[in-house]
Amino acid sequence: MPVLDLMSGFIAELRNAGLPVSLTENLDAMEAVKVIPIEDRDAFKYALGATLVKNNAHWRVFETIFEVYFSLRGPEYEINQEGQPDDFWREMQDQMDQVKGQGEGKGSGGGMDSLTPEEIAAMLMRALMNGDQAMMRALAKQSVQRFAGMEPGRPVGGTYYLYRTLRNLDLDNMLQKLMDANREMSKQELSSLEERLEKDEFESRIEQFKQEVEAEIRRRLVADRGAEAMAKTLRKPLPEDVEFMHASRDEMQSLKKALYPLTRKLAARLARKRRHGRKGPLDFRNTVRHSLSYGGVPADPKFRYPRPAKPELMVVADISGSVAAFARFTLMFVYAIQNQFSKVRSFVFIDGIDEVTKFFKSTEDIGEAINRVNSEADVVWVDGHSDYGHAFEVFFERYGKDINSKTTVLLLGDARNNYHAAQSWVVKEMRKRARHVYWLNPEPKSYWNTGDSIVGEYGAHTDGVFECRNLRQLEGFVENLA
Amino acid sequence: MKPRFKDVATVRSGLKKENYLADDGIAGVVYLADRLGKPVLIEGPAGTGKTQLAKSVAEMTGARLIRLQCYEGLDESKALYEWNYKKQLLRIQADKKSDSWSEVHDDIFSEEFLLTRPLLEAITSEEPVVLLIDEVDRVEVETEALLLEILSEYQVSIPELGTITAKQIPLVFLTSNNTRELSEALKRRCLYLHVDYPDLEREKEIVLTKVPDISENLADQIARIVRSIRQLDLKKAPSVSETLDWARTLMLLGIETIDEKEAKETLHILLKYQTDIAKAAKELSVTK
Repeated sequence: MPVLDLMSGFIAELRNAGLPVSLTENLDAMEAVKVIPIEDRDAFKYALGATLVKNNAHWRVFETIFEVYFSLRGPEYEINQEGQPDDFWREMQDQMDQVKGQGEGKGSGGGMDSLTPEEIAAMLMRALMNGDQAMMRALAKQSVQRFAGMEPGRPVGGTYYLYRTLRNLDLDNMLQKLMDANREMSKQELSSLEERLEKDEFESRIEQFKQEVEAEIRRRLVADRGAEAMAKTLRKPLPEDVEFMHASRDEMQSLKKALYPLTRKLAARLARKRRHGRKGPLDFRNTVRHSLSYGGVPADPKFRYPRPAKPELMVVADISGSVAAFARFTLMFVYAIQNQFSKVRSFVFIDGIDEVTKFFKSTEDIGEAINRVNSEADVVWVDGHSDYGHAFEVFFERYGKDINSKTTVLLLGDARNNYHAAQSWVVKEMRKRARHVYWLNPEPKSYWNTGDSIVGEYGAHTDGVFECRNLRQLEGFVENLA
Repeated sequence: MKPRFKDVATVRSGLKKENYLADDGIAGVVYLADRLGKPVLIEGPAGTGKTQLAKSVAEMTGARLIRLQCYEGLDESKALYEWNYKKQLLRIQADKKSDSWSEVHDDIFSEEFLLTRPLLEAITSEEPVVLLIDEVDRVEVETEALLLEILSEYQVSIPELGTITAKQIPLVFLTSNNTRELSEALKRRCLYLHVDYPDLEREKEIVLTKVPDISENLADQIARIVRSIRQLDLKKAPSVSETLDWARTLMLLGIETIDEKEAKETLHILLKYQTDIAKAAKELSVTK
């Protein structure tokens, strides 16, 4: 396929994945491709990245799509045909002999076919031990060929093949084995610091090997199915579009990583807005002082900027199973920008309610505070199924008097009340006293008020119910709040 | 215009001569910037050598470095140009009778009364120039618009004088600490480069080049410990400059191999938050 066609497919896929690629950027990429040869794959990748990806959070998505579209390019990335003799093979043969003991492995000729999985695992261990990159790559290729059991046209995802390959190599126990072997090899006792460093080193090597295997599987899948189909199956949402309620563990990690820079940006933006919000009355003294440099002409009027009061915030969050992740992220978010509020108090509930402000007060580490909320807060009253009605009632009884005209109350949850009494009068009372009452719901709008969800009943008494499924929506809401 | 660099490798070796160790990405983007005549927007954590890259490129090409430090409240008169009001006033008052209105008018809006600021200076300069617009995320979104004309057309329009076009296309670097999202318009005009913490090998090399007389063994240990620390969930991960500070400290203390105790005692050079230090100290002393 000519590069140009490949490029247009590639860029279309980037746009499908949600990256904002404009027409100028597209043209720039075409220009860049002219001066960088496609054979130099790394340089080529960086050239495309520099022209097309303008946000570091999007880099991983870009990388995956790049791999899919350009993985079959360049000589060293071609799929190794079976039995093809090259330098690696000879080297591997030597290694194999060492593993099997002298002489035994000689003349087997058929490459890895004659090796048992254990022997390959042993070779892999040796390669990992020495950090032998070339060997690791060759082994990744071979083990995919042997263990993944890939068949053309089989409608199975890449993760299945990955699992099969890694299971055969017993990679889960590899780290332990490497550490043991390393301990035996070194003469004197390793200090715990050294041991820790060794462990990190091995971990990163194993991770690298895993990526090699993954890349190899992807290459084969692309060769089989074509780039477009493959890109479609691999398509993943950008971190800010991942839904809280359905995030996998990996996605949770990337969400967490994305959260901090997001809050930092938001805090900077809000602080700036606060300072430069509106123009106030003329500052006479300041104006006169500046007029001196224009010979007494007040050419540069200066104004007093009003400093609006910061709102007080009360966050009341449901932390029962299904919405726990959402509550956690919202709490993290709010506390990360807490200097934008004059005071933040937080409460969590399932069917009982507890104040958790103290956990955040006592430590600087928000992550740790959240963990303590999950383990120490007293939130179960009867059976540990969400009961909004009871929780709200108790909340109002205990803390209702603290709600005043400066307070903004945030209610978080899906309002799935397990058919308990709604007690929506509490929300109505809150609204009478508070400045604002908002409800954030992590469910898609179309699910609201279905089944046992009674968000409409509560929502009628609030100043607004907002869908808050991902970081982007959460950020948008908080920005308007502060 | 003649390209400055032959290929990516030239950029890389050239930067190395200036004691800047670039990886493939960095060298590639600098090369592209020259070929396509586009500015480079560099983002990344603090202390990873973003500003240094611009300086090193200037030294490598033997160009003059013109630097515009951005801050909140930066405006046209500080970034682009300003009319010298005081001088204009003097000119008007100097001979009130002789000149007609139109003469005075034409006269006080001539280049003599123009104060050039960094951006205009970079464009009007005869000799080769590297323009560094530092911490561009500090200016307000509205002020960013000032940069757009110069970044895409390499020209500045002054209403009273007309458009001043660049005599030579300067290499432009913008750095950002990512405290806010830059506008699409700005990003679109730039090549994007994200400079992250270096990998193990590169960090070790950086320590070896920047800290004189350090032993290979110690540099290796330093790079590995720093990598382990960066993997932790910290408020502020150690930057390259902090790694270098640490390396220098260890050299001063005459330490040849780092053990646990020394590592813990000097952690405060790498990390600047008490919670981070406690976390790292705990992690480094626990085996598994």
